[in-house]
Amino acid sequence: MPAAIVTVLTFLALVGLAWLFLTRTVLGRGFSVPLRTMLRAPETAQYPEQPRPVQPRFHGRHQLNRYADGLEKCIGCELCAWACPADAIYVQGEDNTPQARYSPGERYAEDYQINYNRCILCGLCIEACPTRALTMTHDFEISADNYDALVWTKDQLLAPVPPGGEDTPHPDREVRRRGLNYYGGLAVTPPTLHGGSFAPATPAPASRAAQVVPEVGDPTHRKGR
Amino acid sequence: MAIDPTATPSATPPATAADLDDDIYVEGADWESVVDAVSDDHITVNMGPQHPSTHGVLRLVLDLDGETVTRLTPIVGYLHTGIEKNTEVRTWVQGTTFVTRMDYLSPFYNEAAFCLATEKLLGVRVPERAEVVRVILLEFNRIASHLVWLATGGMELGSTTVMEFGFREREHILDLFEAQSGLRMNHAYIRPGGLAQDVTDDFLERSAALVDLLAERMRDYEDLLVENPIWHARLKNVGRIDADTCLRLGVTGPVLRAAGVPWDLRKAQPYSGYERYEFDVPTRTEGDSFARFLIRLEEMRQSMHIIRQALEVLPGGPVMVDDKRIAWPSQQSLGADGIGNDPDYIRHIMGESMEALINHFKLVTQGFTVPPGQVYVPVESPRGELGYAVTSIGTNKPYRVHVRAPSFVNLQAADVMARGQGVADVVVVVASLDPVMGDVDR
Ligand code: SF4
Ligand code: SF4
Repeated sequence: MPAAIVTVLTFLALVGLAWLFLTRTVLGRGFSVPLRTMLRAPETAQYPEQPRPVQPRFHGRHQLNRYADGLEKCIGCELCAWACPADAIYVQGEDNTPQARYSPGERYAEDYQINYNRCILCGLCIEACPTRALTMTHDFEISADNYDALVWTKDQLLAPVPPGGEDTPHPDREVRRRGLNYYGGLAVTPPTLHGGSFAPATPAPASRAAQVVPEVGDPTHRKGR
Repeated sequence: MAIDPTATPSATPPATAADLDDDIYVEGADWESVVDAVSDDHITVNMGPQHPSTHGVLRLVLDLDGETVTRLTPIVGYLHTGIEKNTEVRTWVQGTTFVTRMDYLSPFYNEAAFCLATEKLLGVRVPERAEVVRVILLEFNRIASHLVWLATGGMELGSTTVMEFGFREREHILDLFEAQSGLRMNHAYIRPGGLAQDVTDDFLERSAALVDLLAERMRDYEDLLVENPIWHARLKNVGRIDADTCLRLGVTGPVLRAAGVPWDLRKAQPYSGYERYEFDVPTRTEGDSFARFLIRLEEMRQSMHIIRQALEVLPGGPVMVDDKRIAWPSQQSLGADGIGNDPDYIRHIMGESMEALINHFKLVTQGFTVPPGQVYVPVESPRGELGYAVTSIGTNKPYRVHVRAPSFVNLQAADVMARGQGVADVVVVVASLDPVMGDVDR
């Protein structure tokens, strides 16, 4: 069947010509790029509609964690503030009392603020925290349209109370009865979530402006850095 | 009221040039000088600092004779960050978070050079694993930086395809960086004495797969550009500079190698174990923008070659020096709450060892002291010789950190390269120098 053979030969010749065009000519080599690209899976990320997951170690916004019973892990030691190269953290420690215990230690963070106007998300603070009170989540959508909203306060940073736990403060008696070894790794089950699902929308307390820079001579302001 | 086309013009005769001279007088600002300049075809044009093709906030003052550039004066300082100065009031470890922000397209090079300088002053050598991981990340960073150069350079010449290709591949590299350090740029991952934390378990496979992908995608850039007549017309014989002028001006990096000098610090003064890897230093002799383009393409390929070798020899072991007085203490791990200090480490410092807790507090609050001395440590960054001149007076903070920034030094060659060329070529000249303004102004 010569007709079939002619068809096959014509086809082969065309394929050969196309191949020569695509590999040997300047124009063809240029056109081979879009052809190749069309055969690849698209790499476009449809960001706001379909967020791409971040890498596991991602440095997103911070979170102040709690133990399984609801006690806060932060002991108000200020190590995070010391480590911060951008001076973005303000911690004001306070003593726990027998009636009101916030953390297993002697002290707790009475006020805790991270200023995201300054924070460079370097992570030195979480590396400094001796109790894993401070971690960095996968939440990065923290932009705001004014400076004030970027100063995150303790109520925004604190993780929600885990199921079965109770919000702080706890009476000392209660805590002792539980007999937990907080630093032994037994009660250190992180109860909270990756960022994103935990979106604090709590408005900042009205008195915050006054809390940002404690006045000199204010008896509640303990010597900091 | 309808206009009558046949009506005669009004009584006032049309103004002659002489009338204009007498009656109309434009006054204000520098109009006079502009008019004078135009009259003999010499004008001064301001380009930037807000200009899409000056690579950030670079301002160029161009003296033009018609279309020809007679002088180019770069004016810098619009992105001054004070990072050099700020390192003087931070501990040595905190310093890494600052210096990584200077040349933001090659952050690992800043960290590495700063840490190598600190380590030289301390007299410590980092563990081998840390050294090899550094090399892998540095070379990936070189590829990422050259990709941005290709992308932005292409975009400035009107080729948005190249721009998307460059950023497309760079994204994969940034993903790898993010997986290791938690940050896509400005990682502060290289620390004095080693690394902030060990690489992830899948680092080897992931890096190998990434190198394969990049090697495959190199074909795209070659097919699209190497023989492209438009690319030739815009780059060839544009921005020429010869080896002698490069040496006189202190120009380093791909610009120097494109002029024919095989100077690469990885070969000339090996650091971080570069002497163990086999690679070529590509050179060309034309010294024009097209030669620099080819050099950078070849450098990306050589970087992949180095990464492949480094992945082969990556040993196990620690990534931070043993010396507890220097080693950053934290041990991080992932949990449902994100990344933070490892519960085992917490148990150790909070429950078992008071000494470890004191050491942790001491290193975090004060850091370590570095013996007095002065060092200069250069590394071969994607832009050329990036050198850190660090002085310590024996305290926990640097006394002075001065950076020899390749972008800054190379930028002074822009005048030589642009003279005699057209205005449109200025964009090519600046793009082929690949300055990063964060590096220039520091
Ligand atoms: S991430 Fe860095 S800059 Fe931000 S609060 Fe922590 S230490 Fe400070
Ligand atoms: S978050 Fe951690 S480092 Fe900061 S004050 Fe609380 S316990 Fe200390």
